[in-house]
Amino acid sequence: MQRTIRLWLLATTTLALVAGPALAQQKTVKIGFVSTFSGPAAAIGNDMRNSFELGLDHLGRKLGGLPVQVIYEDDQIKPDVGVQKTKELIESDHVDFVVGYIWSNVMVASLKPLIDSKTMTIVTNAGASELAGPMCSPYVFSTSWQNDQTPAAIGTYMNQKGVKTAFLMGPNYIAGRDMLHGLQSTFKGKIVGQDLTPWPNQLDFSAELTEARAAKPDAIFAFYPGGAGIQFVTQYAQSGLKGQIPLYTAFTIDDLSLPRLKDLAVGVPGAQNWVNDLPNATNRKFVADYHAKYHSSPSFYGADTYDAAALINSAVTAVHGDLSNKEGMRKAMERADFKSVRGNFKYGNNHIPIQNFYLQDARKNTDGSYSLHTVSLIVANDQDKFHSQCPMK
Amino acid sequence: MRAGVGGSTSDILPQQTDEQFLRPIPYPSPPRALRAGGGKSSAVMLYFIEQSLNGVQLGMLLFLLAAGLTLIFGIMDLVNLAHGSLYMLGAYFAATFAAATGSFVLGAALALIATAVSGMALEVIAIRPLYGRPHLDHVLGTFGLILFFNELVRLVWGPAGMTLSLPSEMLTAVQIIPGVYYPLYRLVIILVTLAVAALLYILVMHTRLGMLIRAGASNREMVGALGVNIKLLYTLVFGLGAALAAFAGVMQAPILAVQIGMGENILILALVVIVIGGIGSIRGAFVAALIVGLIDTLGRAFLPPLLHAVLSTTAALTLAPALSSMSIYMLMAAILVVRPEGLFPAASR
Amino acid sequence: MKAALAFLHKQAPGFLFEPNTGLIAAVLALLALVPLYAAVAGDPFALTLFTRIVIMALAAVSLNLIMGYGGMVSFGHAAYLGIGGYAVGILWKEGLGSGFLQWPVAIGASALFALVVGALSLRTRGVYFIMITLAFAQMVYYVAQGLDRYGGDDGLTIGNRSTFHGLVNLNDNTLFYYLCLVLLLASVYLVSRLVNSRFGLAIQGARSNERRMRAVGFPTFRYKLVSFVIAGALCGLAGALLANQTNFISPALMFWTRSGDLMVMVILGGLGSLFGPVIGTVTYLLLEEALSRVTEYSGLIIGPALLLVAIYLRGGIEGVFRKAAP
Repeated sequence: MQRTIRLWLLATTTLALVAGPALAQQKTVKIGFVSTFSGPAAAIGNDMRNSFELGLDHLGRKLGGLPVQVIYEDDQIKPDVGVQKTKELIESDHVDFVVGYIWSNVMVASLKPLIDSKTMTIVTNAGASELAGPMCSPYVFSTSWQNDQTPAAIGTYMNQKGVKTAFLMGPNYIAGRDMLHGLQSTFKGKIVGQDLTPWPNQLDFSAELTEARAAKPDAIFAFYPGGAGIQFVTQYAQSGLKGQIPLYTAFTIDDLSLPRLKDLAVGVPGAQNWVNDLPNATNRKFVADYHAKYHSSPSFYGADTYDAAALINSAVTAVHGDLSNKEGMRKAMERADFKSVRGNFKYGNNHIPIQNFYLQDARKNTDGSYSLHTVSLIVANDQDKFHSQCPMK
Repeated sequence: MRAGVGGSTSDILPQQTDEQFLRPIPYPSPPRALRAGGGKSSAVMLYFIEQSLNGVQLGMLLFLLAAGLTLIFGIMDLVNLAHGSLYMLGAYFAATFAAATGSFVLGAALALIATAVSGMALEVIAIRPLYGRPHLDHVLGTFGLILFFNELVRLVWGPAGMTLSLPSEMLTAVQIIPGVYYPLYRLVIILVTLAVAALLYILVMHTRLGMLIRAGASNREMVGALGVNIKLLYTLVFGLGAALAAFAGVMQAPILAVQIGMGENILILALVVIVIGGIGSIRGAFVAALIVGLIDTLGRAFLPPLLHAVLSTTAALTLAPALSSMSIYMLMAAILVVRPEGLFPAASR
Repeated sequence: MKAALAFLHKQAPGFLFEPNTGLIAAVLALLALVPLYAAVAGDPFALTLFTRIVIMALAAVSLNLIMGYGGMVSFGHAAYLGIGGYAVGILWKEGLGSGFLQWPVAIGASALFALVVGALSLRTRGVYFIMITLAFAQMVYYVAQGLDRYGGDDGLTIGNRSTFHGLVNLNDNTLFYYLCLVLLLASVYLVSRLVNSRFGLAIQGARSNERRMRAVGFPTFRYKLVSFVIAGALCGLAGALLANQTNFISPALMFWTRSGDLMVMVILGGLGSLFGPVIGTVTYLLLEEALSRVTEYSGLIIGPALLLVAIYLRGGIEGVFRKAAP
């Protein structure tokens, strides 16, 4: 009896110690990285991790002269898990920066502990309107966009194409609602119907596609990020709608899904703040080295995350490695003083980039591979419309 | 800081700076077929038929899972939460074999065999010791198996999931009656599953194995007394259930993602089906699967326009999918309150 | 320590705690020392982790009352966690931050829901009971998903912990931890008083032979319903604590896998033993956390471990110690 108790005590103490923190190392830039590394969206998380690592490689594995330690955490696309991992990074790992966040709902859920602890945060994908507007914070920056901007650009393009009626579809979470709003902010035609589907579990869109067909619109607009985009575009093709009702997208076809969608993606337009063929030196180096290191194409998820490494570098350099000088780092980051893969951009008062949005399409190359290309500039130096609701001036 | 940047966009994007933060979505019209004035009743009818087919297709898929589950439950009295893992395994096998052989059909066939074999091995190694134990031990043990299989698949196939592509001839819709187009592949699912259901019916009602299965479901001791090798019978039934689950996984894979955890949501729906149908009853599972499939799909199709009539658009768009998902569970609770052993209770238990 | 235990034995026979006093003392000592460790080691996350463990243990204790003693296998117990949590979140969102309002509402709403579910479900048996409780939990899950105003599926960040008008300040994490621990111990005490009463004996009797209990004059249905409601109320309290701890609620609180987790904790620790659920929760959650630190593939170890427990360890961890006891 005594022995068994001692055994259990020993076991739990060991467990508790293993679960405890690693010994703190001195004078490194500690970065917590929250993204999705399991499930179908792991492809996105891996692309972000690869790009961030490549960014660190390009900076000689040092940020502002200090060595770097990155702790990767998996949010499983769940807001409750994301907030728990974020807290763990802040409380247990005492990180200097938190980077990442694909999903707007995970981001918004994690925002309170980040803001409360004044942790320097760089959001590299999620663009919730809350983040750009009322919940903006001095220590939170974005290298991506506000969700409304990309669909607003595609809405502008749909006007140019003479689309008079549209049916809208997206997942029912913060970003999905933002996207449908964004499209309607510029699209001048009539919305003949829309559906928000449960996220992320509903992947069968049969009822919704049937509804879209019955509504007889000129066009369908869809926002289905990550693996769901593959399901959506495939089912759109399976339902025979492809020759009948054109599809316009935001964040649905990307460099990660294209190798799996192949011909199904060709001829489906989308808007983006970055395309892999943007003609600037930083981008050429990023894309070429990514190909060389990982043997695949980076996506916009990766591109915006690559920028985060350079942004952090600019901040740590500006304060000469004094990571406690958050004011100094904030001021440095507001200048956006680094070479971005999308060409240089400015920050708005809410720390969201003011940048261009391009029309992209998918093409089949002569060697049988597929790639995304820039077709034209839809909107230049676009600033999100929530910046006026951000109390920071 | 933001001086001078708004100007270049203002001619393209209307500035909506004074907009309220909570933004109402403009009221969208329901689909034309549903509009009170504009749509003819025949258009509504065709729309209804098409959505019903969607419901039938979901129902058929649920039946494949539920049939195996209810057989295993009825005969071995085993609560097998890991049934969804076999569904996942089937889909992964199919994607792998189809990629290796270049043939969808061949890949699917190999996947069925591989999953059936895996299922039987699983039964011998892990499930057998659980027979005759309280249901709670089944829940704990097979819950552990779910965790195990999810990680195993991640270890073997990686975390990203796979795609199983259809032959390009399948990427089209056919006109089944004038005015109703239906995706060819979904039609194939319905027909093939109906054929499987018929085969299963013949197997259970008209073969010696089926006779043993039926006898086992109603009186385990008697079958044992007849000198039948019960252990072998159980292993075979488990393998059959695994093959049926794999079949569902294979058929669903080209529509949905082949991904870790894909079995868990559908497992719960399959459990709902067998409980509504009455545990152990294949006929009950068939009827209940159709009911559940139709309610889920028709709810998704017809609730949003109904809710728009009484609620704001955002509220309706959020509430409608939640309500249609909920309707299945309301149905199950209602049925169990009225008939505590499901629609088709097994006769002697 | 021994003297204290002996004293407690004398003072509260049947409370502290059946044959396994040693093990229980070890667990309690471990739990009581967590804030000290967190302060000394500079590891506030240990406190966060153990606060969650203690709260989940409270939920597991409540499930054990009906599942372990009453034989009512509820596969929808996470619904009460959710209802308790949403009571706090919704009231906060509507500008009512007082814990004197939030907590009673959380407990009351959970109890009321348990009353409805119990009244409808207790007519069924076995797996049908498991599934009907699941059905009701899923309904609440989808209701929460449809609550656009309270974040829908995205969940709701709660700006402030419940206020108690200067009486206690929940923002003090150590204080909050000890409050959770005290509530856990109080609930264990409540359960021990209940199961050792005439009422509790009737419930346990009904588990093995309901017809006989009814024949000798016990209103078993009513007794079972009452215990169902008490369990729901206790779990609702755990939900209110959880919402306060994480400052965040979402429908995921009551997804069916959460109910499954709770069942696993109870069975792992030992069904129908007072401290079994506490032991089970501490072990399960610590194991999960520790394994996730050392390997990406923790399920490969936890999964088979649970299977082995199901096959070989009847009575869970607590049962093993009970057998080992002289």
